[in-house]
Amino acid sequence: MSLLSASVLAAFLTAIIVQTMPLILAAIGETIGEQSGVLNLGIEGVMLVGAYSGYVAAISSGSPWIGMLGGIAGGVVANLLLLVLNVWLGLNQIVIGLAITIMGEGLTSVLYLQNYSKHPQSVPGSSWAIPGLSDLPVVGPSLFRQSGIFWVLLIAMVAIAFLLSRTNWGLSIRAAGQKPSSLDAAGGNVLRTRSSAVLLNGAFVGAGGAFLSILTTGTFTAFMTGGLGFVAIVITMLSRGKVTWIVITSLLYGIAVAIKNPLQLIGVSVPADVFQMLPFIVVMVTLILFARSSIVPPALGSPYTRGAR
Amino acid sequence: MRSILPVVLALVVAGLIIVVMGSNPLDFYAGVWKYGLTGNNWQDSLRLMAPLMIIALGLIVAFRGQLWNLGYNGTFLLGSVVASGLGPNLFPVLPGWLVTAIIILGSLLVGALWSVVPAVLKARFGTNEIITSLVMSFIAIGVVNLLIKGPVHDPNPRVTAPQTATIARENLLPFIDGTRVHIGFVVAIVLALVAQFIVSRTSFGVRLDVFGASPKAAQHVGISRSWMIILLFCTSGALIALAGSIDVLGNVTYQRANWNPGYGDAVMPFVFLARLSPLAAIPLVAFYSVFANGGINAARSVGLNSDFLLVVVGLILVFMTITEFVGEKRRLGQGYLPAGMKQSVMALFGPRAAAPVKVTTPAPDKVTTSSSPTTTTTSTPGKVTT
Repeated sequence: MSLLSASVLAAFLTAIIVQTMPLILAAIGETIGEQSGVLNLGIEGVMLVGAYSGYVAAISSGSPWIGMLGGIAGGVVANLLLLVLNVWLGLNQIVIGLAITIMGEGLTSVLYLQNYSKHPQSVPGSSWAIPGLSDLPVVGPSLFRQSGIFWVLLIAMVAIAFLLSRTNWGLSIRAAGQKPSSLDAAGGNVLRTRSSAVLLNGAFVGAGGAFLSILTTGTFTAFMTGGLGFVAIVITMLSRGKVTWIVITSLLYGIAVAIKNPLQLIGVSVPADVFQMLPFIVVMVTLILFARSSIVPPALGSPYTRGAR
Repeated sequence: MRSILPVVLALVVAGLIIVVMGSNPLDFYAGVWKYGLTGNNWQDSLRLMAPLMIIALGLIVAFRGQLWNLGYNGTFLLGSVVASGLGPNLFPVLPGWLVTAIIILGSLLVGALWSVVPAVLKARFGTNEIITSLVMSFIAIGVVNLLIKGPVHDPNPRVTAPQTATIARENLLPFIDGTRVHIGFVVAIVLALVAQFIVSRTSFGVRLDVFGASPKAAQHVGISRSWMIILLFCTSGALIALAGSIDVLGNVTYQRANWNPGYGDAVMPFVFLARLSPLAAIPLVAFYSVFANGGINAARSVGLNSDFLLVVVGLILVFMTITEFVGEKRRLGQGYLPAGMKQSVMALFGPRAAAPVKVTTPAPDKVTTSSSPTTTTTSTPGKVTT
């Protein structure tokens, strides 16, 4: 089979889209948190909770849309721990983040094995064929036959990019991350701003996890994120709060993962472990090359206490 | 007392979770006691304790210098694959003691070399070590899997599963007389005592604490920041890799692909509960060894997956920070985390940007720990080029 045939290219493009979306969503969630000064090191666990709750909601309702909502709700609930312990009480973010990761892994694995492992079910698929465009070669069957969820999430991403950079709310978020006391002095509420950021963080990361279980794989498995949350954290740091850069860097990751099948078709057999490793090598090389140019909000990681110096 | 409170609270909440899951928590905890201590089971617990204790020491070395080495899972597997890869091939051709020595030294070396990357990036460019060590860990896991499926796969053609050959019984680490506990346990305890001596009785221990409290102050008294970061990170990596090779040589005897016991995650809360003291870590790690060894079977006996232990570990971490918060509010005792480590996230990607500023009157909830004579330092953010 030729490498450049339409069907191969379409499959490649589809693979890139479904592999990249969870990462973009998680990285956008993490960006909202980090811009407001909250480092959520637990998004690996939050993603798993979102993936599991999304899976449960999808198979019990039979609708991937309800599943996505379930995933978002799961992510928000998981982030409540971070909200209370870190934003409100000012406890150590790294320790809480690791705790959320470990507990998310443990809880979802225990729950899945207890409830679903004996009768694994697949999530019903869904796709919207956009009239006209879906008949185009290559992009038709890949891009324009995605699930409607894909388009809704795309709109949500554009909305977040707009909100972060063009509105007062976005300004408050960035002020909370740059200099919380100035936001306080201007009459804003740092805790409320950061709380909204953490909840949105949970919603997006949970949606990323749910996308992974509902649309990328169609099922849930224990530890299915495999470090994706940590990749999202790195991408967030390299993207400096710009949604465009998140999309570009995430696409690089998606291509690295999706290139496996086309390579196998032309007879290049590379072990699966190489592909699991490749994104991390890409990330490491990027970190080495651009480490000095990555900037994070100055107040990242420091809880805000009114009046404290 | 405050070292035990978070554990007790976590066990209570874990018990409640078991109730919600529809099992009897008392059965679970009775199972932990039964499978962890009674009969000969305590020996299995001590066998598990050997790698856990050495990893704890590796974490203590890094954390004392305020370095977040989170690459422990990958480093551990690199150490174990040195043993499981070289062992079956070298033991038949060379004297046993020599092979053991080669494996031990090899794992130390591999662990140290792997940690050079995050250490140098941190020392030279100030790249945040949380991220680099984590990413290096994922790369290490991939490398280990490739090795096991390729060069060090069991040469027996009938073995199709991705795993290495088994090291013969007579070549494993010898048992302590009358038990099934291998001498790796003794090594771990001796290392802990040596580490305790170094941090509490030598000038290096003082320099380590000065560096940990403030790298800038350390620079002023003539301690090289870069050298210290590289030394601590490599020692930490070497110890964690050593734990891997000892676990293979003494306990598991061969290695499967995708085997990842996650010892580092499990041991981390206890390292903090011990307030980074090697001596205090011994009883805490011993407790966890019994809990983990018994808990795997106990969880199965009440119909739960053994990953339930992860939930307990996470709960301990959460209750640890809450207990610390309450304790600080009431100015009781000292915190589990050194003051500087709480600030270290601020220095993400730019520790040189973090200039310490003296705080003369600490706010009530930012009280310095009672044992620390230095004033609290907070970091002034901003990007400073070097």
